[in-house]
Amino acid sequence: MNDVVRSSASLRRRLTVVLIGGAAVLALVLYFGVRLYATQIAQQGQDNILKASVTTILDTAVIRDGTLEIDFPYAALAMLNTASDDRVFYAILQDGALVSGYDGLPQRDTAGSDAASWSAAYEGAEVRLTTAGRRLFTTDRETGITVTVAQTQDALSVTLAQISRNVALFGSGFFLLATALSFWATASTIGPLKRLTQSVTRRGPQDLSPVTKPVPAEMVPLVASLNSLMGRLEQSLTRSEDFIAEAAHRVRTPLATVRSHAETTLHRVDKEENRIALRAMIRAIDESSRAAGQLLDHAMTTFRADHLDRQEINLSELVADLVNRLEPVAEMKDIALVLDAQRRVDVSADPILVQNAIRNLIDNALKYSPAESDIKIIVAHTDHAFVSICDAGPGFPPDQMAGLVHRFARGKNAKGITGSGLGLTIAHDVAEAHNGSLHLSNRAGGGACVTLSL
Amino acid sequence: MKFLLVEDNIELAEALLQRLRFDGHVIDHADKIEDAIAFSEAGEYDLILLDIMLPDGDGRDFLKKHRAAQNDTPIIILTARSQVSDRISMLDLGADDYVTKPFDHAELEARCRAVLRRRSGAAQTVTRLGDVAFDPVAGVLTIAGDSVRLRNRELRLLELFINAPGQLFSKQKLVDRLFSYDDDVSDNAIEVYVGRLRKHLERSSLRIRTARGLGYSLEHE
Repeated sequence: MNDVVRSSASLRRRLTVVLIGGAAVLALVLYFGVRLYATQIAQQGQDNILKASVTTILDTAVIRDGTLEIDFPYAALAMLNTASDDRVFYAILQDGALVSGYDGLPQRDTAGSDAASWSAAYEGAEVRLTTAGRRLFTTDRETGITVTVAQTQDALSVTLAQISRNVALFGSGFFLLATALSFWATASTIGPLKRLTQSVTRRGPQDLSPVTKPVPAEMVPLVASLNSLMGRLEQSLTRSEDFIAEAAHRVRTPLATVRSHAETTLHRVDKEENRIALRAMIRAIDESSRAAGQLLDHAMTTFRADHLDRQEINLSELVADLVNRLEPVAEMKDIALVLDAQRRVDVSADPILVQNAIRNLIDNALKYSPAESDIKIIVAHTDHAFVSICDAGPGFPPDQMAGLVHRFARGKNAKGITGSGLGLTIAHDVAEAHNGSLHLSNRAGGGACVTLSL
Repeated sequence: MKFLLVEDNIELAEALLQRLRFDGHVIDHADKIEDAIAFSEAGEYDLILLDIMLPDGDGRDFLKKHRAAQNDTPIIILTARSQVSDRISMLDLGADDYVTKPFDHAELEARCRAVLRRRSGAAQTVTRLGDVAFDPVAGVLTIAGDSVRLRNRELRLLELFINAPGQLFSKQKLVDRLFSYDDDVSDNAIEVYVGRLRKHLERSSLRIRTARGLGYSLEHE
């Protein structure tokens, strides 16, 4: 079957890839998002302090006697102290000319009194600057003062690195957890599918009953069509079984009528030629009915050999049942079926097939045995389980032994005995289907032995 | 013994009725399930022979109802189905045995005997003639308190004789009854069994008389 079904991408793999991929994207978004946000917050914090510093300095600016005086407290810059010893620069400009501080500190037009913050490079380091201006009035003129405070960003980068690391850790953790969850989710999604597969696979070849176990809603259409397919299959099988049964009935019932009449008539007629004719008629009926039975048996063997319905069976029990069943037939010829069986001979085999095979073998033995003889049936387990059936009949013709298991082959000494030549074939096919063998031999004192090994 | 035959094929039923009555049995015939149920409720039977495909239903339904009603009359199925799975399902439903059509009358008899023997204590099947008591189901011949078990062919031979004392049976007739049609036996093969039976009956009041060239008959002294 497997070579017919082509497999596209695995559902499990697809689901896992999508889930893990999604988790990875989410983890990355989380990482960059948190980092960006953290950077903004940290930057804002620095800007606020810078602004406070700038404002403090600006506030101390006064014009005394027409001259600008700025006497800002040490705290104005000290508030910028960090653990990383960031360097702090400042510049105070009056109308664009440096009054105090570091020369060349980047400037920006504040265009109003609002403070502005930006980043720039200064003295080989990335610095954050904040600038604010203020207008002062003397008696005769107006002057503009601009204060710029800058700070390197070592502490900020340390903080950001720390945050990044933590976010990265958190992101990886999230990713791992999500991966684990996605495996679990996949397994639990695929689970019902797997269980359905198992429950369908475990069925015997005869079991075409619908799947009744609850399945997830998404699988209901699939299971519904599976059930309907099996229903149709069962229906068509039943129909063909019914047909065979009906056909057998139609053929066998009139045969039975003819046979019964022939037998009754036989008891009434005395003329030798009539008796011979009637006996021949009965024999022909028996032969056709046997052949029909064996053809059906053979067809079933062939059919079931491909779908063995293996069960744990006690071979001894099975053979004992058969012997029981065949005893009345044996009794008619005063033949004793002598069963020598170990108490338990457990095998894993298709009971219907094995029964079929052994019944055919005992049937054969009954046919070829002389009246008032014994048929020995041994059931035992040595290194394998076997059933051995030995009669006291004429035995197999030695030169033909190998060919007797072939379809419709009959021994040359089978003359006068009804048979279709399928009995040994059936037993042989059943043995082969179970990886066993059928062995034919002749007993030293006369008689045939057939051993069916499983 | 008292039989109930449930079979819708009139021709086959006729042949069976003839044969079983010839063997000294009492037999009723029903050709549908409805009648079969009426018969089996009204009378006590030793054995029911049941066909499977009947005009008003499946013989297995009768089987189920029969067993559900706690009726333990043994049932032998007459079936045209030969497949193992069918046979198993019939035995599961409570049939005691089955024969596949077309069947040998001798086999049907053998199976009836086997089923009745298994259901020991079923019917009194002993036939008495003179100082001889004969139980064909158990296959036991009792002469003046001494019992002996007969072989099957001896049993069938005695059964024929004892059901029709004084009647003359030709050798051919006896051969037909005792041997399967497979066996190509000469009429003289019967002499062996007549000889054995004579030996068994030695101490009794029964004698098997030879009518030279005609056959044998059982005489009661």
